[in-house]
Amino acid sequence: MQLAVWTYEGPPHVGAMRVATAMEGVHYLLHAPQGDTYADLLFTMIERRGKRPPVTYTTFQARDLGKDTSELFQTAAMDVVARFKPDAMIVGASCTAELIQDDPAGLVERMALPLPVIPLELPSYQRKEHWGAAETFYQIVRTLADKSRRPSEQASRRPLVNLLGPTALGFRHRDDVAEITGLLGRLGIDVNVTAPLGATVADIERLGEADFNILLYPETGDLAAQYLERTFRQPVVRTVPIGVGATNEFVREVAALAGIDPAPLLAQEESRLSWWSRSIDSTYLTGKRVFIFGDGTHAVAAARIAHEELGFKVVGLGCYNREYAREVREAAKRYDVEPLITDDHLAVESAIEAAQPELVLGTQMERHIAKRFAIPCAVISAPVHVQDFPARYSPQMGFEGANVIFDSWVHPLVMGLEEHLLTMFRDDFEFHDGAGASHLGPGHAAPAEQPVAAAVEAEASGWTDEAALELKKIPFFVRGKARRNTELFAAERGIATIELATLYEAKAHYAR
Amino acid sequence: MNAPARLDAQVNGDCAPVLRERGQREVFCGLTGIIWLHRRMQDAFFLVVGSRTCAHLLQSAAGVMIFAEPRFATAIMEERDLAGLADANQELDRIVAQLIARRPDIRTLFLVGSCPSEVIKLDLAKAAQRLGEAYAGSVRVLNYSGSGIETTFTQGEDACLAALVPVMPALPADAPTNLVVVGTLPDIVEDQFRRIFADLGITHVGSLPERVVADLPGIGPNTLYLLAQPFLGDTGQALDRRGARRIEALFPFGVEGTSDWFHAAAAAFGIPTSHVDAVLAPYRARGELALLRHRDRLAGRTIFFMPDSQLEVPLARFLSRELGMVLTEVGTPYLHAGHLARELAALPPGVQLSEGQDVDRQLDRVRALRPDLTVCGLGLANPLESEGLSTKWAIELVFSPIHGFDQAGDLAELFARPMRRRDVLRV
Repeated sequence: MQLAVWTYEGPPHVGAMRVATAMEGVHYLLHAPQGDTYADLLFTMIERRGKRPPVTYTTFQARDLGKDTSELFQTAAMDVVARFKPDAMIVGASCTAELIQDDPAGLVERMALPLPVIPLELPSYQRKEHWGAAETFYQIVRTLADKSRRPSEQASRRPLVNLLGPTALGFRHRDDVAEITGLLGRLGIDVNVTAPLGATVADIERLGEADFNILLYPETGDLAAQYLERTFRQPVVRTVPIGVGATNEFVREVAALAGIDPAPLLAQEESRLSWWSRSIDSTYLTGKRVFIFGDGTHAVAAARIAHEELGFKVVGLGCYNREYAREVREAAKRYDVEPLITDDHLAVESAIEAAQPELVLGTQMERHIAKRFAIPCAVISAPVHVQDFPARYSPQMGFEGANVIFDSWVHPLVMGLEEHLLTMFRDDFEFHDGAGASHLGPGHAAPAEQPVAAAVEAEASGWTDEAALELKKIPFFVRGKARRNTELFAAERGIATIELATLYEAKAHYAR
Repeated sequence: MNAPARLDAQVNGDCAPVLRERGQREVFCGLTGIIWLHRRMQDAFFLVVGSRTCAHLLQSAAGVMIFAEPRFATAIMEERDLAGLADANQELDRIVAQLIARRPDIRTLFLVGSCPSEVIKLDLAKAAQRLGEAYAGSVRVLNYSGSGIETTFTQGEDACLAALVPVMPALPADAPTNLVVVGTLPDIVEDQFRRIFADLGITHVGSLPERVVADLPGIGPNTLYLLAQPFLGDTGQALDRRGARRIEALFPFGVEGTSDWFHAAAAAFGIPTSHVDAVLAPYRARGELALLRHRDRLAGRTIFFMPDSQLEVPLARFLSRELGMVLTEVGTPYLHAGHLARELAALPPGVQLSEGQDVDRQLDRVRALRPDLTVCGLGLANPLESEGLSTKWAIELVFSPIHGFDQAGDLAELFARPMRRRDVLRV
């Protein structure tokens, strides 16, 4: 058993729902007790979809268990076919139905329904949401992709690709697909099929007609991409175009596979992030301490942007999906931090508290944690909340995605000159660090009982009054670090009482 | 004049026959009740013994995460817990130890059963007994089931309160008559009600649940109880078994329901009607004034209730009798004929009641009727709105102060707002 208050990922059947809901004409028959229907609200409320997810639940109750739950399942299957007339049906069990072992796969097979039926085996007590989505998409592709389809003669057409991985309830998937489709179009490449998001059964059938695949979201699309690679010999572009550097590499990689010269496009298109970041106004961003946590792919991409493109210092990097631990560990090595691979949000909270970052890039969980610590935060990854489905166009991928990222990561921070003024005149009664960044309004003020700062001040024993007072003059977002460094410096030298001079000696010692 | 309105006798059959359906039920399970129960009982902690789905439900149903560390958590079962029950029990003991070490302030721990724990027949009653002995003197361990195979949404609160009844202190046969108000009420409503009871002259008033479990009211042969919520069938039975007697009344929604509720309580305590009328008069006047504002918008408009919280029947009675709304179908997950007898009698003749659900067929009826307002769950509201139908999410009715005189206007407002919004918008 695992003690959990909040979870980063739902059960695997929710992953399957994300695939079914993303597609057109696919219905999911889920053997599940009443109550499991809560998952509909993820799509109708968080993502604000105007249609119910195409999911029928058998919603068996205790009184059905003694009788025939398999009959209930078969009746539901007939009803789905009659009412929704789907082009294909996926069938499976939620965690409880898995225990009663009704074997949905065998049951529907015996019914010989007049449509393709794809049975899913999603072990609820071992796997989670992302894996469930990946496995579901893979099974759909494996069953429905027409193995006789091949790319047509290349001379008469533009290169053709599939975009793999976007689902319902994904972090900015809708806009990423639009952005990358546009970018490819300007490069001279057409999209054959985007899947699962928006794909029909007919689309899945013709996946084989593409020259190669682009894997936008490895977490949900890699199993299918690997299958297509094996079966159709379609190469896969695995560079995820989040950030300027990654987008440039992505364009080159795609162009090479398509036999196109990327130079004209790269010369013409550039993210504003590059100049915004080089402009002197951004100097103050240098070395900002940033803590990054999310799904593996988004976390690794964020770390690269933070380090290479914004000049931040990565002080924490981790992911909640163990399947991508290897990638995160490799990245953590590059930035010289200890990788944090955990799905325990309390462990993440402790790590953030210990790292005392100036900016947290994370999921909705980290947004809440950062709020408690009064640390600026931007969301970079699922799990998502209603705010992560903005009305405006706001991709993460491609050059426009990099623009969006620059804005959304930099705006929560205290701006350059304001930061200086805060440091210079710390006793101003209305313009002090406790009041927070002026452009964010009163709601963003550091709370009166701020755990990190409170801890710092409470524990400042062993300090002379004069030194403790001076410590308070250091901006709150670096005060904790200054205290730790000074105390470490003092301990190493056997200094029992920290005086004003000790503080500045330590400062000189640790100067960057 | 101010005495409760006489209820037209429709005990047998002026309602159309109840439509009982069996199909997909688009409802929450009983675990959802933890969202409000854990805020109500400040010394209690709710540990769901379940799956990742249970944990995901709790954080999704809460809508927003309550990030002050909530007093609930899930012990997520994993593959190896399913292999042998001995191990599952050991694991549960380990998790509870971990939890109590982390939250030494917990005085009552509820082990909450879920679908998977029931299917594998993990005996939480036995576990609660074992753990209760292990932590005797510091933590009381109780158990109930919030599983979807046993409970629908608010039935989780019913199961929880029923589990509390055996630990209510016993009162002797010569104890003065005391009143227990049963069902979680928002603090502000409870305080209002306590003031009115005091004005009426009823002094020994307790609540089930209390704000801390340690303060649970006593129960004995002289205990009368008054249900504040219509979904407490099992709790009522448990109270009956301990010798308490139920005061039959309308539920305290709207001016009429609240008046009837207080009148019934006062009558049971032998308080003269004239005194009750005098005490309630200013409250009634305020409540009626607040309702007036909404009657114009709501009168004559049609409303359809999808089954959700079991509040449907009393709310339908309020909307039809006090605001003039036209009831099309009143669906409820479970129709407790006993506790609802007076409510059912007060419904207009011929109203279509339905119990249980086949959600697709019911949506067909909604689309055919095109009611002015449909009360439904979160999974259905936006899809219906996008079809041009106004909706009211039912869960808000469970999370808002809607009982009593001074909330009658707010309750009407909850139904009026979606329609007003539709009238205002030009996009």
